[in-house]
Amino acid sequence: MMTLFGDPNIWLPWSFGALLGVSILIYVVLDGFDLGVGVLFPFANGAEKDTMVASIGPFWDANETWLVLAVGILLVAFPVAHGIILTSLYLPVAVLLIGLIMRGVAFEFRAKAPAPWKNTWNGVFYAGSLLSSLAQGFMLGMYIMGLTWTWGNVGFALLTAVFLTVGYSFIGATWLILKTEGALQKKAVDWAKGGIWGLILGIGAISVASPLVSPRIFEKWFSFPSMLYLAPLPILSGLLVAYLWWKLSTLPREDDSYAWSPFVAAMALFILAFLGLAYSFYPYVVPEQMTIYEAAAAPEALIIILVGACFVVPTILAYTALAYWVFRGKATALSYE
Amino acid sequence: METLLLSRIQFAANISFHILFPTITIALGWVLLFFKLRFNATGDAKWMDAYRFWVKIFALSFGMGVVSGITMSFQFGTNWPGFMEAVGNVAGPLLAYEVMTAFFLEAVFLGIMLFGFSRVPNWLHTTATVLVAFGTTMSTFWIIVLNSWMHTPAGFEIRDGVVFATDWFDVIFNPSMPYRLTHMLLASGLTVAFLIAGISAFRRLIGDSSDGVKAGMKTGLWMAALLIPIQIFAGDMHGLNTLEHQPAKVAAMEGNWETGPNKPLYLFAIPNEEERRNDYAIKIPNMASIILTHKADGVVPGLNDFVAEDGTVMHPPVSKVFWSFRIMVGTGLAMLLVSWGTLAWIARRDPETGDRFRLKRLPKFWLWGLVAMTFSGWLATLAGWYTTEIGRQPWLVQGVLTTEAAVADVAAPMVLTTLIAYLVVYALLLTAYIAVIFYLARKAAKGENINNPIPQSGEATTGLGRGASGAAVPAE
Repeated sequence: MMTLFGDPNIWLPWSFGALLGVSILIYVVLDGFDLGVGVLFPFANGAEKDTMVASIGPFWDANETWLVLAVGILLVAFPVAHGIILTSLYLPVAVLLIGLIMRGVAFEFRAKAPAPWKNTWNGVFYAGSLLSSLAQGFMLGMYIMGLTWTWGNVGFALLTAVFLTVGYSFIGATWLILKTEGALQKKAVDWAKGGIWGLILGIGAISVASPLVSPRIFEKWFSFPSMLYLAPLPILSGLLVAYLWWKLSTLPREDDSYAWSPFVAAMALFILAFLGLAYSFYPYVVPEQMTIYEAAAAPEALIIILVGACFVVPTILAYTALAYWVFRGKATALSYE
Repeated sequence: METLLLSRIQFAANISFHILFPTITIALGWVLLFFKLRFNATGDAKWMDAYRFWVKIFALSFGMGVVSGITMSFQFGTNWPGFMEAVGNVAGPLLAYEVMTAFFLEAVFLGIMLFGFSRVPNWLHTTATVLVAFGTTMSTFWIIVLNSWMHTPAGFEIRDGVVFATDWFDVIFNPSMPYRLTHMLLASGLTVAFLIAGISAFRRLIGDSSDGVKAGMKTGLWMAALLIPIQIFAGDMHGLNTLEHQPAKVAAMEGNWETGPNKPLYLFAIPNEEERRNDYAIKIPNMASIILTHKADGVVPGLNDFVAEDGTVMHPPVSKVFWSFRIMVGTGLAMLLVSWGTLAWIARRDPETGDRFRLKRLPKFWLWGLVAMTFSGWLATLAGWYTTEIGRQPWLVQGVLTTEAAVADVAAPMVLTTLIAYLVVYALLLTAYIAVIFYLARKAAKGENINNPIPQSGEATTGLGRGASGAAVPAE
């Protein structure tokens, strides 16, 4: 059977590399917007905070599960790489986890704890969202710089930490444009206008840094004819930014039309940026050290996961879609009744 | 060595904190379904009251479980890379199936279960409740499969120091899996039973005599009374299975140093590993032999069999296992006494009127006793897990991989720093969690929201009531 599909030592790692990439991408987009909503917390008043939480309440848990899947795939499909990456990112991982714990529990506590504590839990929610976003941006920066702890690399990672956090607040703001109305929606438009630079600078910094760090990546992008095939990536990104700039200046409209468009454009930008990254780093899972083919677990272990994934992942996507459909429309206050 | 010890403490701290919450949600999901189905069938509002109160505790516990579970998924990579390098080909697929078949199911349908009541048809809401409960149970299944495989590995071969699965049926249905799974599911049921009984008793004590509280209390007490004898039986079977596959663990549990017949059961002792004997022992002659082999002169394995000729100790640290085991069994016996005692009390008939005593005649001290037992399930569960996990040491995967061989080469101060950070966060969260549960109980007892569906705006309420006129409902 195997011969039908060629060498399992090639297509299995490739499939899992793709699955890993898709999981990370879905995670970054989905948890990106709900982390971003948390990052925007200090700019909102009390009632707006309730609406903001209501807009992500039914989704955040499932959104975070994509992180578990991504780490899970890295763990099971590329166990050696998983160890190298996570031990070298030991501290930022701990910060990320503590941040995720803080914001995850604050969802519950801010609504259930006695009223005088609500502000405290709002603060915990904000701090947790901020810490998680910063940690993810930091890890992204360190990963791009090859996971070595030098002052220069840490400096770059601190920059990407800020950019990704602002980028998350941007996609969070576009989500709020889609899910809210009235004064909060107006505010969200302003937040989006104020946050778009984070995404631009972030994508820009990574696009400049990664070819400079790695001659291999430079070669992949700036040689003929690949430059030609790749041209759509930066061009489309530029067009999307221009579109967002223009669209945001026209929102919100009386009839609430196009409220969805900034979020969709923001998602598209995240996807393009991610494709660029994936192209740069393929086939490496540990930058410049270990390819997905070297890091892959045994084919007999991978095949049994893949068979399951073929059935389960589409099902997951289907019921995720169901959840988003059930909670479609403007966010209403969350109620157990 | 320092990194090894700190990493072990960190893993223990993380997983101990984590297990508290799944232990509640696994069974509470099914109890909520029970409340919901009773309500669907009878239309009696008390079942909906019980559902509405406990779904909040469920949501809170679930949130705590999710975030502490994410921490667990990273611990393998940050602290124990050797684990996946050596046994990843077995552990990987099992963990992957847990994420794919359980995590997403519960996470996605939790949103609909919690917040979708007014947005979806009743059948879909009930289905979501079923799927969340099923998801938590599936998650238990996969993680217990992996954990059991680490105790009683089967269905594999080792090539160049790396484990490869040869028979997935044997991997999944490894010798200790059915016993451990049963034991854990029952532990979850008992934890929830005493949580419900305890919190309901607390609400009674502060003056809440609503039918919802009574329904909850009865459900908790009956659950406890039914499950505890089964649990004692299942635990005994599990012990016999351990005797067969991990004799060193049983030797440590019994504090038995020399293999031989007619071994006593130690009710109390301070195991002395240096002198290799038990100090200050109080014992029942022959009882360990009788429990483990059902014969007074049955042979019980001894710890001294697990010391290599060069003096290397290959058995677990004795006193930790010995005492964890006694705390677990002691708590279990207290559960038996309390649940059966309470049911016997309320079933008594008043000699004058001939009526049964019922819940309302439970004296105050008795109710306080139930309150004291609220988190007894946590104590027993943790003690049980310490028994089995410390009892596996020095192995990480019994006979295949030692714990020492799997630890990451991370600087000890880094492990210590993150450990302290986790401990501080966990201590604060646990305090907040317990405080909020009792706060919710007090609030429910005062009848806020439950009897009064009109919400108070701007208050951090629990969003129970839906405004009659569709007015803004406090955010959940």
